[in-house]
Amino acid sequence: MRSLRSLKRRVLGGGLLAALCALGPLTTAARAQETELPNERWSFQSALGTFDLAAAQRGFAVYAQVCSNCHSMEYLHFRDLAGIGLSPEQIKAVAATFTVPLGLDDQGQPKEGPGLPSSQFRSPFPNAKAAAAANNGAVPPDLSLIINAREGGPNYVYGVLTGYTNPPPGFALQEGLFYNKAFPGHQIHMPQPLQDGQVTFEGGAPNNISDEARDVVTFLAWAANPEMVERKQMGVRVVLFLIFMTGLTYAVKRKVWSDVH
Amino acid sequence: MAGLHKSEFENPVINWIDTRLPVFTMMQKEYGVFPTPRNFNYFWNFGALALVNLIIMIVTGIFLAMNYQPNTMLAFGSVQHIMRDVNFGWLLRYVHQNGASMFFIVTYVHIFRGLYYGSYKSPRELLWIFGVVILLLMMATAFMGYVLPWGQMSYWGATVITNLFSAFPWIGPKIVTLLWGGFSVDQPTLNRFFSLHYLLPFVLVAVIFLHVAALHITGSNNPLGIDVKTPQDTLPFHPYYTIKDSVGICVYLIVFALLVFFAPNYLGDPNNFIPANPLVTPADIVPEWYFLPFYAILRSVPNKLLGVCMMFGSILVLFVLPWLDTSPVRSARFRPIYRWLFWLLLFSVIMLGVCGAHKPEGIWVVLSRLGTLYYFFHFLIVLPVLGKLEKPLPLPESISASVLGGRGGGPLPSGAVAKPMEKA
Repeated sequence: MRSLRSLKRRVLGGGLLAALCALGPLTTAARAQETELPNERWSFQSALGTFDLAAAQRGFAVYAQVCSNCHSMEYLHFRDLAGIGLSPEQIKAVAATFTVPLGLDDQGQPKEGPGLPSSQFRSPFPNAKAAAAANNGAVPPDLSLIINAREGGPNYVYGVLTGYTNPPPGFALQEGLFYNKAFPGHQIHMPQPLQDGQVTFEGGAPNNISDEARDVVTFLAWAANPEMVERKQMGVRVVLFLIFMTGLTYAVKRKVWSDVH
Repeated sequence: MAGLHKSEFENPVINWIDTRLPVFTMMQKEYGVFPTPRNFNYFWNFGALALVNLIIMIVTGIFLAMNYQPNTMLAFGSVQHIMRDVNFGWLLRYVHQNGASMFFIVTYVHIFRGLYYGSYKSPRELLWIFGVVILLLMMATAFMGYVLPWGQMSYWGATVITNLFSAFPWIGPKIVTLLWGGFSVDQPTLNRFFSLHYLLPFVLVAVIFLHVAALHITGSNNPLGIDVKTPQDTLPFHPYYTIKDSVGICVYLIVFALLVFFAPNYLGDPNNFIPANPLVTPADIVPEWYFLPFYAILRSVPNKLLGVCMMFGSILVLFVLPWLDTSPVRSARFRPIYRWLFWLLLFSVIMLGVCGAHKPEGIWVVLSRLGTLYYFFHFLIVLPVLGKLEKPLPLPESISASVLGGRGGGPLPSGAVAKPMEKA
């Protein structure tokens, strides 16, 4: 029924537009509230760009220590971390630091234990209802695909992570929500997740909030598109081959057609 | 008329088969020596490109189906399993996903080629009608395929589009229930869409066979739009057009590869990376780009039933196009007024596509109404009337006369001077 209504809204929307045009100034006012996203440079963004693996590894630390308290990444397994440059031993060690469900024991009771490389990332809540109950009614979205699932991708996630400020004067913030520059509508359920110096990185890499946000976005971008580097490398070879084939085919075509012109 | 075929092939194996089932003779006749107008430009590549594209879709689709789960609880995850765990699954999936866009790109070029050069006119009406059937089947297949990943846009797109049928009085709601297999888009819907998405491409193959069979009876149209008169007007399909199509296929594959390898989600919607959730409606429900012009037509009308009828009508009108266009001249090269109106039609279709991507507010409503108006005005008013009023330019005597210039004799048509066949 919802959809029917939304469809009707759309179809009727056309008829209502003349009226809406009169309200032009109002809609412009609503537009002004829209969000502005940062425009960062990302290692993975250009046509041949790859992931900054050191940043992605630091980003995994941010995820593991901060994000994973509320956000699942259900499509990732510890074995996948080979993609950000972890060795099999490192993966084994990392997986073992997490307690994950391991099926049923001999009595048929759910069993938990240290993770294996083949284990899925642990979900912090047993189901969406429990997640909503623990988070003021909002379900923290799964982060496996978050970079692909939002308009603006990495810039959007970076913008939200670094976008917490005091609301402008006169902004009516609902009880229990937080003001965020980048979030649509500016009222977000998630309290500011990152602080300056919150996560200490191995080797003492800078850990201001913007560094942490950058690193975790790099990690999440890898998590959403783990095939990206292989894809781009294959793409270069395929396109070069096809350009060669086009030239060759065109030369043959000219030769074949030379007797008809 | 039973009886063995008298095969002329020398290879004994081929001869043995050909004697009993003359497929080699048929291929030789239809694709080897088949007389083809000698003046095709590269726009005549796009039919072959569409066929190549269909084959790519079927092959990748078969392998995707081996790993996909048509179950509302598993579908989204199974697509991620394909993307992450299946060997080269990401390649299969991105080729299939972007292949749908490529299919519509080449098919739309193919259709507008037909519109510009009058390929729908006598005696090619039936050929054109098969083409419109192919377009409808493609749209149904693409729509159902888009539902399968079971993302937010899959679910809500399916809900909105299937709901369109409810606009029809009496039978509308029954059709919708039948499409859904229940009272909302749910498990039965996903199952039947998967089944039909696997079936329809093979129906497409059958209709394309008829399309090509009809083409081989009438013969191809050509950029001059005049009939083939003498053998000098034609070339054997092989090697002339096999090699020319190959050039086109290579260029097409480059564009395809750039999309697949460097911008695989460029034409997609971020919302489809969120699993379907019947309780949360996305802010904007937008169909895939290839449906946007039709979506804009739908939304340009304030009445739902009328909007739905206009949307379906915008394609159904193509069925009668051969009889709406009253001009006896096929190619727009020799129709000084039609030539401009063709570009106006193309412009309004593109504009409708842009309108379809925007919320129906302010200027977008006005533009989509203008576009819709011109679309129907073009087919229903302009084409019948223009054929009677327009004074066509003199047609060349023959294809060979036009292509070979003075050597073939006869006056040069102005169109041929303005746009000689490219020396490829």
